[in-house]
Amino acid sequence: MDATVAHAPRGGPTPLFGAYGIVKRFGAFTANDGIDLEIRAGEVHALLGENGAGKSTLMKILYGLLEPTEGVVTHRGDIVRLANPDAARALGIGMVFQHFSLCENLTVAENIALVMPPALRGRALTERIAGLGRDYGLHLDPARPVWSLSAGERQRIEIVRCLLQDPKLVILDEPTSVLTPGEAEALFTVLERLRDEGRALLYISHRLDEVRRLCTRATILRGGRVVGTCDPQAETARSLAALMVGTQVREVRPKANRPRSADRLVVDHLTLPAPGLHATPLRDLSLTVAEGEILGIAGIAGNGQAELFDALSGERRAPNPEAVRLDGRPAGTLGINARRRLGAAFVPEERNGHAAAPGMSLSENALLSRHATAPLSRFGLLRLGAARDLARRIIEAFDVRKAGPDPAAGTLSGGNLQKFVVGREILAEPGILVINQPTWGVDAAAAAHIRQAVLDLAGRGCAVLVISQDLDELFEVADSIAVLHAGALSSPVPTSQTSRAAVGLLMGGAGEAEAHAPIAAAPADALAAVS
Amino acid sequence: MSFDIVQMVLVTVLTAATPLILAAIGELVAERAGVLNLGVEGMMVLGAAMGFAVATQTGSTLLGACGGVGAGLLLAALFGLLTVGLAANQVASGLALTILGLGLSGLVGAGYVGMKRDPAPHLHLPVLSDLPVVGPLLFGHDAFVYAAAFLVAGVWWFLWRSRAGLSLRAIGDDHTATHALGLKVRKVRFLAVLFGGACAGLAGAYLSLAYTPFWSPGMTAGRGWIALALVVFASWQPVRVAAGALLFGGATVLQLHAQAAGLGLPGQLLSAVPYLATILALVALSLGRRQGGSSAPAALGRVFAPSR
Amino acid sequence: MRLDLLPRARPSPWLDLLSPALAFLAAVLIGGVAVAALGVSPVQAFVTYFVAPLSELWSIQEVALKAAPLALIATGLAFCYRANLWNIGAEGQFVVGGLAGGCVAIATQGSQGFGSQGFTGWILPAMLAAGTLAGIAFAMIPALLRVKLGVSEILTSLMLVYVAQLLLDYMVRGPLRDPNGFNFPQSVSFDDAARLPALFEGESLHAGVPIALFGIGLGALVLARTLFGFEVRAVGASPRAAGFAGFSDARLTLGVFAISGGAAGLAGICEVAGRIGQLQPEISPGYGFTAIIVAFLGRLSPPGILLAALVIALTTIGGEGAQIDLKLPLDLTRAFQGLLLGLVLGADVLTRYHVRLVPGGPAAKAAS
Repeated sequence: MDATVAHAPRGGPTPLFGAYGIVKRFGAFTANDGIDLEIRAGEVHALLGENGAGKSTLMKILYGLLEPTEGVVTHRGDIVRLANPDAARALGIGMVFQHFSLCENLTVAENIALVMPPALRGRALTERIAGLGRDYGLHLDPARPVWSLSAGERQRIEIVRCLLQDPKLVILDEPTSVLTPGEAEALFTVLERLRDEGRALLYISHRLDEVRRLCTRATILRGGRVVGTCDPQAETARSLAALMVGTQVREVRPKANRPRSADRLVVDHLTLPAPGLHATPLRDLSLTVAEGEILGIAGIAGNGQAELFDALSGERRAPNPEAVRLDGRPAGTLGINARRRLGAAFVPEERNGHAAAPGMSLSENALLSRHATAPLSRFGLLRLGAARDLARRIIEAFDVRKAGPDPAAGTLSGGNLQKFVVGREILAEPGILVINQPTWGVDAAAAAHIRQAVLDLAGRGCAVLVISQDLDELFEVADSIAVLHAGALSSPVPTSQTSRAAVGLLMGGAGEAEAHAPIAAAPADALAAVS
Repeated sequence: MSFDIVQMVLVTVLTAATPLILAAIGELVAERAGVLNLGVEGMMVLGAAMGFAVATQTGSTLLGACGGVGAGLLLAALFGLLTVGLAANQVASGLALTILGLGLSGLVGAGYVGMKRDPAPHLHLPVLSDLPVVGPLLFGHDAFVYAAAFLVAGVWWFLWRSRAGLSLRAIGDDHTATHALGLKVRKVRFLAVLFGGACAGLAGAYLSLAYTPFWSPGMTAGRGWIALALVVFASWQPVRVAAGALLFGGATVLQLHAQAAGLGLPGQLLSAVPYLATILALVALSLGRRQGGSSAPAALGRVFAPSR
Repeated sequence: MRLDLLPRARPSPWLDLLSPALAFLAAVLIGGVAVAALGVSPVQAFVTYFVAPLSELWSIQEVALKAAPLALIATGLAFCYRANLWNIGAEGQFVVGGLAGGCVAIATQGSQGFGSQGFTGWILPAMLAAGTLAGIAFAMIPALLRVKLGVSEILTSLMLVYVAQLLLDYMVRGPLRDPNGFNFPQSVSFDDAARLPALFEGESLHAGVPIALFGIGLGALVLARTLFGFEVRAVGASPRAAGFAGFSDARLTLGVFAISGGAAGLAGICEVAGRIGQLQPEISPGYGFTAIIVAFLGRLSPPGILLAALVIALTTIGGEGAQIDLKLPLDLTRAFQGLLLGLVLGADVLTRYHVRLVPGGPAAKAAS
């Protein structure tokens, strides 16, 4: 086992690129908190971590898109300043973005020419593209317009664009998130080839199997700090997951074992194609939430959470009515208001602009989701007084702090607005509540308030589905947990019978058998690395 | 019909098409960069007034044309400041520009109503212009007609053969992606708007210096709007703009002749053809788009305000 | 030098009121300079443009008659623009409304009415209804093309303006021409039963003004107090949140186009049945386009629109006075109106962004 503590002195030659003591603050929030990272030529270095661990911030600092608050970046031991991407490119740093910077209606060659020196054009450029294609197996038809290409082909353009600049370090941000398994395998071959040429690769991912296959060193981030470095090929997926997710244990409310009662929310073999290039398809997804039950859906962002939420809320309709049943009534093809009338309520992830319109007042925002179910209009005329009353009741019940009598939603702090949108749905006393990231970016006090309200609601018989990336939160509120990975759902396991490590493993894409089998054997080695 | 009449008709069509080509080719460049400038009519009419005024004052048609171009540039700079610099709504700003241009043109041209000057001189090449048929058709026009032909070829080359043109098309397709790549989105858009203004001003100057060599208020008579339609009709392709302008110009001429010949068709129907054709072209374009991709610049009319 | 726009975290409410006032002030100042350059005292011009029209009864009526259609059309357009839909073909919907209502008037020409009393009171309401419906139907063309085929409503609605004008031109020169009209391109003069009555005996103010006021009031009510109005505002404020509220995009598009087309059509027939009294090739001095200025000047809210329509009408009537009294060209008014709209749009940026001028130079460029 090669896991070492991050701050331990390290031997070996001068690294190609180094980052030392990197701190990046956004206002009061510290995204990177004293990160050290060394990248050597000829290695594939993994940067592992959950969402919000600080991976993207560090990557942007290395590519000159952000400047660190504190700390230095070195190149072959010399301190360098990366003021902008041009400076980074000049030092030989290339980047393959997760969200491609491609113009859809331009051809492959045109998209590549856009960032090449003007002298390289026409026939010469086409030949360079073809040459790279031969050398690395990155085959592209230069004349094809981008809109007609698959995600994998688009990524090839990004990679070719990067390679034409002959980079020494290539940063890849979640490169397989939009690829099919076959495309991912082809990508790995290219990356191995680049490594063998002596280039360094920084591979940002949360997919443990990929990291173990490809990388010889990994730096693991959690909460903006380095929690360990290791050789992933010498680790198990389990130990990596434990490092990534952390193993701190918090107080969990003891749960009374309720007798199994009526199923209120049923999803029955729901399959939906991806609505866009960067979206995830839902694959044959089934779940059941009973009266009084809280089912937690864990998973790393971008594995279908938003798509599942939209399918449950009716913002996206299922092909058949039976795919979603609310209190036994088929609702798969109904719109969101029809589902609300069946007793369901929804809290989307994004407060500003989805759950609430920031420019509208709180009473208007109360109308937004309650106009179909609360007596807020008569003959098409709004009852503004009733809407204001409702807003006031929400504000009182959920202790929403605000300025002025009926301010615009956008003027509230994140925590207070979240309390408002959660309160708006809970005061409707729904029979079914679907809530996505209930306490994302919310201060501790507001988060506790919201969780308690959700628990109380379930205590009154509501079936609650909580989608969250916060495992601590799920272990606190949920009766059972299922994991959403690449649009497919694992079978739910009672919270008392699973562990963070097991759930973390599923989040990283391990099979269910692997995750649940050896629960008793605690990952002591992983714990050692954290301490 | 005799040969002479055919030849005359063709020449008329060409001269009727020239102002449309000039204005539309400029607007095409602006739209390719993602900016919809509905103020073409305003820039054109101010160009006509200013062009005539300058030409009368200086006695030089060339300086007059420069005056027209300058007037178009001035209004376009205002529009660019509003929409590109201040991220104001393009539709409303374009309409403001049209009204402003119509008003200013009246002020500029007030002292020149009823004056007449000689039309811009026609080119006369010793041997070529005297060739039968081909001569008058190809070698006997004023400089504006050749400027229009040159602009079509130049814009085609610029858009499809030059790196700057590639950047411009990319910016019109996706300003977020190109901004991330480090392209100067707002600078390119501002320059494209200026080019559009210069062309519209030149088109206006053609009307008051060559087509009908006098100034009368509102003399553009909706040609700026037709130019806008033409860009869409041509699906943002320079050569098709030229072809479309000849078609539209032909429709105008045909309408005059049809009325003279006492044909049964109402003249208004023929006049409406360009507009109806544009709507049909839009429908055809959107049906085509369903297979993916888009011939319209994808960022057209969308406001871009970079965060840093 | 670079212009940086940093979005404001929250819209500034007092700037929201101040920015159009500032824009108006700036336009008046620039206008004053232009007037001075033409050799006229700016103070005198200000009085002629903005004060004189309000000092006499006839000119006050003229201002009201001009402001009424502008405000009515602009109120309808505000629905579209608030929902981020760009109907710029109100001029065409106005023309078609006037034409359709006019057809009813011509068809009932000389009618003896119902019953022994000769009841002709139904004619005028039928004309108003026909005008409104025609405006709605004409606005449905761009709306349906957008909803069904995704065609940009901007260009289609604009193209249809010319189609409408040519249609009117054809009708008054052809089928609707007055047979005893010495070949003038105009229809017969409408019967009294097909004319909007004057509000006061012998004055020009007619019933079109209260009809427009009623329409504007109704528009204000719908926008502020109905679920549909809420829907429009929600879509404009935040499309995704409107989807969460369960509002349908297609229904909304058709709805706001119907409202704006109907308002323009009603304004059209009121103009024809009010002031003109017959059909002729030109029935609108560009009301449909000027109303777009009015809508934006009024910041897309009906009370603001009413105020803006009065300002625009005032400058138009004042401009006519200035032409006579001060020999100032009419085009000055138009230039002023265009300038005013440009300044209002520019000032609008202040309410949405912090505007920052960043001094240029190689160092600053490298950092950008």
